[in-house]
Amino acid sequence: MNAVVHLAAVSRVHGEGATEVHALRSVTFRAHPGELVAVMGPSGSGKSTLLTLAGGLDAPTTGSVWIEGTDLASLDNAGRARMRRTSVGYVFQDFNLIPALTAAENVALPRELDGEKGKVARRLALTALEEVGIADLADRFPDEMSGGQQQRVAIARAIVGERRLILADEPTGALDTDTGEEILRLLRARCDAGAAGVMVTHEARHAAWADRVVFLRDGVVVDETGADEPEALLAGEAGR
Amino acid sequence: MSIRQAMLAILEQGPMYGYQLRAEFEQRTGETWPLNIGQVYTTLTRLERDGLVEVVGHGGADDGEEAASDRQHVSYRATEAGRSEVSMWFATPVPRSQPPRDELAIKLALAVTLPGVEVAGIIQRQRSATMSSLQDYTRLKRSGRAAAPQEPADLAWSLVLDALVFDAEAEVRWLDHCEARLRRAALDRSDVRRDAPAASTTEGITR
Repeated sequence: MNAVVHLAAVSRVHGEGATEVHALRSVTFRAHPGELVAVMGPSGSGKSTLLTLAGGLDAPTTGSVWIEGTDLASLDNAGRARMRRTSVGYVFQDFNLIPALTAAENVALPRELDGEKGKVARRLALTALEEVGIADLADRFPDEMSGGQQQRVAIARAIVGERRLILADEPTGALDTDTGEEILRLLRARCDAGAAGVMVTHEARHAAWADRVVFLRDGVVVDETGADEPEALLAGEAGR
Repeated sequence: MSIRQAMLAILEQGPMYGYQLRAEFEQRTGETWPLNIGQVYTTLTRLERDGLVEVVGHGGADDGEEAASDRQHVSYRATEAGRSEVSMWFATPVPRSQPPRDELAIKLALAVTLPGVEVAGIIQRQRSATMSSLQDYTRLKRSGRAAAPQEPADLAWSLVLDALVFDAEAEVRWLDHCEARLRRAALDRSDVRRDAPAASTTEGITR
């Protein structure tokens, strides 16, 4: 199956000369439809760089990034911006909602920016809010909602208009255990429904919701756990 | 783990056969710690010897003569002494004074101190393996009877799963910590070596 996002031998160098930092060194990474991939690693390992490259928010020094079969380097700025709006959804630790807009307006914004009519955008927004279970909060402002509810709005904004790539940077970081699990459940459900998800986290318990866990260290993928033969692994664990 | 008190605690609810007892135990704990029936009867025999349970009769669906001689058809119940043992068990914290033997901690302690063992590789492989188990537990958590507990036993099982999850998570965190500390220690050592010709004192170590 074709990957929704494909990083091919990607390197990213910040600065130059003595202050040169190799954030990523020839990393190859894919996320397929229906797959949630977690990226773990100590701070400075390149996790966030990987996420910003995967979302086209930054360009690699060498190597290429493909989203839904398109090489981002082949697009001009406008094309890349459109790709980001139509194919990629972002979820951040601190929600990043616009405080002056209601939940529905926050969710509708990317569609409106993409030229959708206000009415259509609002309808899409309400559908997305319903999908994350907070249709009844559509007209509330962010500061009238709990952290968990705000993160649901952020997820609705990330999935509105059937976007197929969801990038999440520590999405549960600011939430308590139960609320965090609800958010993971939503991301999981969205991936089960066919989206590709990439989630950066430093919590093993949250990474465990993913199908695959990629470990980064010093800009290199050092290991990867797949979803192979879970029963066999479980049997091994039980006998320990 | 001693299952003695756990069995006694279940028996306090009413008389049971060994098979029932095992089923009740496993319903509450999933099949996380499977009991073999021989173990159940051995434990019951010891509990009876110690006066904590007593035989209440030979019953069951097929209450024939041959069944009566078969201990699988014997019901047990907790005695007064058994009941107070159960109260004691619930009232007393599980001791941590004697940490259970931790093979991984022992393995790493040896790997760090013995020559020629590649510690980083051990840590990485273990972390992947533990992460895979954590993924399995999480999969069990989000599907099946633990996902939406209907009965107390389902809730109990989902809490047991959470215990496994937190335990595996703690192991991954500890491995991360070991890795970071070992790398720091290696850096310190190479600093000392690099500084050695210039610094005649121990200044290099304090960097």
